[in-house]
Amino acid sequence: MKEISPEATSDVKSVDAVELLSRKFPGSIKPDDRKGYEGIVVDSSKLPEVATAIRDELGFDLLANLSYVDYPEEGVFEVVYNAYNTAVGGKGLTFRVRTSRDEAEIPSLIGVWPGVDFQEREAWDLMGIRFSGHPDLRRILLWEGFAGHPMRKDWREPFYEEDNKPYGTRWPEGQVQRAEMKTPYGMNVQYPGGFKLEGWEPEGEEALYAGLGTPLGIGPDIHQIKTDQLIVNLGPQHPSTHGVFRMAVTVDGETITRLKPVFGYLHRNHEQIGERNTWLQNMPFTDRLDYFSSLANNLAYAISVEKMMGQEIPERADLLRVLMVELTRIQNHYSAIGFLLNDLGAFFTPVLYALTERELILDLFEATTGSRMMCNYMRFGGLAYDLPSYIGGPAIKEGDRERELDTMKFIKGLVYERLPRATDMLDRYLTNNEVLVNRLKGVGVLPGDRAIAYSATGPVLRASGVPYDLRRADPYSIYNEFDFDVAVRYNGDSYDRYLIRLDEVRQSLRILEQVVPRLEETEGQEYMGGKRSYNHRVPAGDHYGHAENPKGELGFHLVSDGGGNPYRYHVRSPSFINLTALEEMCVGHKVADIIVILGSIDIVLGEVDR
Amino acid sequence: MTMTPDDYSDLNNPDIPIPDELKSNIAITTLDRIYNWSRARSVWPLLFGLACCAIEMIATAASRYDPARFGMEVMRPSPRQCDLMIVSGTVTKKMVPQIVRLYNQMAEPRYVLAMGACASGGGPFKEGYNVVDGIDKFIPVDVYVPGCPPTPQALLHGFITLHKKIEGQSIMSVPWYKKGQSEAIPVPVLGPDLIDPRQGELIQAASEGEYSAQFETDENA
Ligand code: SF4
Repeated sequence: MKEISPEATSDVKSVDAVELLSRKFPGSIKPDDRKGYEGIVVDSSKLPEVATAIRDELGFDLLANLSYVDYPEEGVFEVVYNAYNTAVGGKGLTFRVRTSRDEAEIPSLIGVWPGVDFQEREAWDLMGIRFSGHPDLRRILLWEGFAGHPMRKDWREPFYEEDNKPYGTRWPEGQVQRAEMKTPYGMNVQYPGGFKLEGWEPEGEEALYAGLGTPLGIGPDIHQIKTDQLIVNLGPQHPSTHGVFRMAVTVDGETITRLKPVFGYLHRNHEQIGERNTWLQNMPFTDRLDYFSSLANNLAYAISVEKMMGQEIPERADLLRVLMVELTRIQNHYSAIGFLLNDLGAFFTPVLYALTERELILDLFEATTGSRMMCNYMRFGGLAYDLPSYIGGPAIKEGDRERELDTMKFIKGLVYERLPRATDMLDRYLTNNEVLVNRLKGVGVLPGDRAIAYSATGPVLRASGVPYDLRRADPYSIYNEFDFDVAVRYNGDSYDRYLIRLDEVRQSLRILEQVVPRLEETEGQEYMGGKRSYNHRVPAGDHYGHAENPKGELGFHLVSDGGGNPYRYHVRSPSFINLTALEEMCVGHKVADIIVILGSIDIVLGEVDR
Repeated sequence: MTMTPDDYSDLNNPDIPIPDELKSNIAITTLDRIYNWSRARSVWPLLFGLACCAIEMIATAASRYDPARFGMEVMRPSPRQCDLMIVSGTVTKKMVPQIVRLYNQMAEPRYVLAMGACASGGGPFKEGYNVVDGIDKFIPVDVYVPGCPPTPQALLHGFITLHKKIEGQSIMSVPWYKKGQSEAIPVPVLGPDLIDPRQGELIQAASEGEYSAQFETDENA
């Protein structure tokens, strides 16, 4: 039995931080003294100065997360920032600002951390907080003209039933009532009172296109050529955007001068539904964030809530969690490489190789958790099930019975033989391939300092020469017991973002090689700490928990009021925030390169739009 | 490839006997059967994915499940070249205008397969403010495949079900050989909420107060 998250070294430092800041900004800083809350409260008028000091003097250079909370009783919105130090790792610094609900406005931090760009737009879109000084404060997940700001506590969706689950209204008198039966339109819509269709005009997308006219000052000087600029839309239905992602691009000839991502085509209201759910009900929803890596999402959420509950985890559960998460990472990176090759024009053959290996890993997931993709495997305190004793496979010959493969043998076969071989095979076929090298090398360069400024995380950050991996920087679960290196590459181009995925697969295999013997030792031991329960109560407080997911830092900013449901449930999504750097990476390149650069970032839309 | 009699035995009209020695050379059939037989075996899906279910659709398209066995491995990104739209995932209000437009652009005969709980009825995200509770609110669906996500086997079963449906159609009654043009489905508009142009009157009535009592409580604050 051990602590869920070992004490990080820089804990003392954060006390110093408060002292240093309050000396520098007397009267503008005070520690957050609410029970269960940490960090400091900053006076909103001084926010940019304090943020600059936090970045430059205290060394918290990576702004990992921006979250927003509504406290209607007090009449305030609170914006919460979590900053981390990429050089030494350790715990971060939480600082927050408050603004009145009626005139919600705080200074934008875009000048300090450009990575807040989309996150501030999200806070405006969903909560209605204005960020003064933000150059392009438009709605981001919804559309211009949408009525209201849905993350406010007093906003109600068309299918509103009750504030919190479990709902009592679903089965009145034993009869199911479909939500459609309760609205006049028979579907999930509502209109503000007095809305008249006659004479009404949709707002359209002028605001989006307005921002595309002026080319950025980076890249080649296209004014010399004196050609026309053209705005091209890629997506949302486009085979290379990895889902329903859209980019509005200004091109000059073939050269990109501006690029604006358009989000929200898969905005499934994860956070709003999450706040109606009970704590545990959110577990299956996390599966659907990054649907390639459901088990890794499970872990990030589980450790965040466990930290708030002070729950301990048995060793076997930790081992199985690491096993599942590292296998998830491997299959995610295989698929990422496969789809990157798709984007390069090697349509489907490399993907077939990647997916063949992925299927084997999914066989283990299915046998263990009951589902190939949406595993819903972890619980607060452990896991839902242990490993099964065997993995069923289809009969291969006529008259055969179904095959039954011993699970441990299957895992060993994967970890010691099959996956290392598959990794070497991908490496051998692809890494020195002339087309691949020519299309990737030097394309979409993101220097390390820019990557940090843009809050990029995961392989994107590490391919730019910043060895920041939360498994080492702020260790969780039992990662500090394993021997592995943080993969890092230094050029920051698409080629390095490709290579780093192979490196990470190899490091994951190294971890797995240490996990497997310990799994055998702990066979039959308890895999669930604490009580099994559907309804957990989480002590009141506020916590930002995060984990190193295959695509970057997946964080959960959770606020509990002590009840059975999260008061605030915010997802810090790596794919979404990594895209902030997309424009800078693309400008100056050709149209065909956008696809490659996007492929090398590796996004998944369930997580981008949530 | 040479065909064995088994390959097209389902084409033969059983009422007309064919001498044994000619069985591998001759098939006697009806126009409907050969028409549907060939259509059902070359259904090209539209290459577009919406959400998590799309990943299972890709897994289905890969070697292990191999839809080439059903003549369905050719996925086209252009709606003009496709017969089948697989709605593979959550349909959001922001996305549904594009989906309706894609459907309108597909040439007849065209089919729609709603893959998974989301496309069929909203799924786990049904109560979300940006989620359409089922694509059948906008376009006609031929096959629903349950699951979240449906396994590849389930999707294959959906394909086979679609083939059965195709084989049951008759050239005499299919809508695309009828006189006149089929009407395009009106594309929904993004307003204060999603607006289905077909519900214009209903929305007007609501704004004139007929439903306002109910809507007082659900009002955006
Ligand atoms: S049905 Fe389930 S798996 Fe499919 S898109 Fe919806 S949430 Fe995702």
